[in-house]
Amino acid sequence: MIAMMASTAPTTLVHLSAVDLGIIAFYFALVLGIGFYLKRFAKTGEDFFLAGREMTAWVAGLAFVSANLGSLELLGWAGSAYQYGILAAHWYWIGAIPAMVFLGIVMMPFYYISKTHSVPGYLQLRYGSAASALSAVTFAIMTILMSGVNMYAMAVVMKVVLGWNINFSIWVSSLTVGIYVAAGGLFSAIFNEVLQFFLIWFGALLIPILGLIETGGWKGMVARIQQNFPGQDYTHAWSTLGRFQDNPMGMHWTGIVFGLGAVQAMGYWTTDFLVVQRVLSAKDIRSAKMAPIIGSFFKMAVPLIVILPGLLGLAVLPMHLVPASSLQPGQYSYNEVLPLMLARYCGPGLLGLGITALVAGFMAGMAGNVSAFATVWTYDIYRPFLRKTAPDQHYVSMGRWCTLIGLFVSIGTAYLAMGFASIMDYVQALFGFFIAPLFGTVLLGMLWKRVSRAAGFWGLLAGTLSSVTMFTLMKLDHRWVRVFALSPNAQGLAQDMYQALWSCVTCVVVTVLVTLVTKPRPDEELKGLVYALTEVAREEHTSFLHRPMFWGVAALAVLVVLQIIFW
Amino acid sequence: MTEKHHIIQVWFFVGVLLLVYGFLIFASGLAEWSHPPSTVLAELHAPVWWGGLLFILGLTYCIKFSPARKS
Repeated sequence: MIAMMASTAPTTLVHLSAVDLGIIAFYFALVLGIGFYLKRFAKTGEDFFLAGREMTAWVAGLAFVSANLGSLELLGWAGSAYQYGILAAHWYWIGAIPAMVFLGIVMMPFYYISKTHSVPGYLQLRYGSAASALSAVTFAIMTILMSGVNMYAMAVVMKVVLGWNINFSIWVSSLTVGIYVAAGGLFSAIFNEVLQFFLIWFGALLIPILGLIETGGWKGMVARIQQNFPGQDYTHAWSTLGRFQDNPMGMHWTGIVFGLGAVQAMGYWTTDFLVVQRVLSAKDIRSAKMAPIIGSFFKMAVPLIVILPGLLGLAVLPMHLVPASSLQPGQYSYNEVLPLMLARYCGPGLLGLGITALVAGFMAGMAGNVSAFATVWTYDIYRPFLRKTAPDQHYVSMGRWCTLIGLFVSIGTAYLAMGFASIMDYVQALFGFFIAPLFGTVLLGMLWKRVSRAAGFWGLLAGTLSSVTMFTLMKLDHRWVRVFALSPNAQGLAQDMYQALWSCVTCVVVTVLVTLVTKPRPDEELKGLVYALTEVAREEHTSFLHRPMFWGVAALAVLVVLQIIFW
Repeated sequence: MTEKHHIIQVWFFVGVLLLVYGFLIFASGLAEWSHPPSTVLAELHAPVWWGGLLFILGLTYCIKFSPARKS
């Protein structure tokens, strides 16, 4: 689809002035400078892979939410808001906030107390090598493939928006990322993510501000949307979810609540090492618990700069955007709504800021991928299976080399995607296969001490295979959509939600059944790994305002209020 | 964040970024004041007040988190 977008783009959307180019160049210079500055601090394995475990809750929290706030995410969800309306905001609200709070309050103590370097590392401690290796290998491969696919997609966006050469975009941005991550490790990645957080907010916030001024506020925007698209409801988040056919997504509220909120979001935000690694860098357990909760407040606000511009696009853009698959010359696709809105309101200077925000988002996302890949390869594949005993310095060198090798594999994947555009959709689907079952495996392992090593492995494998099977069957024969996604009207996103739900259920059922017929591990081996055998510091003597639980409940309360407002 | 390694805080770098961007955007807004670009609502001169806001925020962060300043 992205390749199609590139081939049919009418002209470049925006033209940059000298001041815009200066703003972009300064960003590149600053991140490289920071990378070289931080190199001297990334000496030990803990420094390089976990940023010395000395990040404050605020830094870890912003990096946690930024690692997921890539530019493709921004462009894609703004496009989804144009296509589906405010329904897309569910991926930022119920599809994120409960999971982030759950990570902070329930799961983080186990990750942190066990002193693991990664999520597969936790599986190693809890279930042994088989489950850990399955998780580590799939994560490493998928992370690097995703990085390459995103790299190509971003280069295409740069070509469409700015007219930049695809090779230039791929090589300049990826080499910059490679240099600063190989130099400073997770220190560099986190610093860049915090910079990116500010860039994205200040680069994109003007669009909703000026958009609402132009439309005369929220009510004016809704009136214009109804005028432009009569008979369609784009501005209610829940009232159209009673029946599959009442909304353009073909979604039912059960898919949002159980598929998205209870399984897919929980799986992504609590077990995807790309985001969890940021929280593991926190300086103490209280900071580790607070980091995702701080991140949840910012995540809740992201629809302001992503979903609202999509809705404003419905209200103010003179042309109707179309799906990328049916794009004709002279037309624009849904995914171009954010650059179109940027070009509508932003002149020289502001345009450079907005484009830098997109470039920074892409680079930070890629830095997240390669730093997570380097950690999982070094600690969960290389050290346990290839070289068990080596000096710490050896593993740091391995991490640096892995960063560069991972980067070149990503570049190779980007060129592969250039030749076979359909590979992109499949790689993205592949990534989803592992997340939902992994959540079942990790959660059962943390909460139920009876779960055996074999149960963890077979549950994870069965959940993953069931996910692959459902995906394949739904792609081969549409009649399976009615079976798995409960309605023939279910579109791609709705299918994903139910696929996640059933694969997690499969994982849990198989894990429980195998547990009942296998021998549990002795209690003394599970201390610090499961709820019943872990001493988590109480907070009776901490003031109310410093307790993660208080802020977690506050985040959930704000979430409920938002749902009522946009019901 | 700097307890073990004494690294310059990330907030200082954020300040530098906002300060430089604020200055560039504010200056370009002033330069185009009499002939604004053909964007919607150009008459509001967004680069001037947005650039000014970034500059002030950046300056505040640079001063508050300056490496020369003892915490």
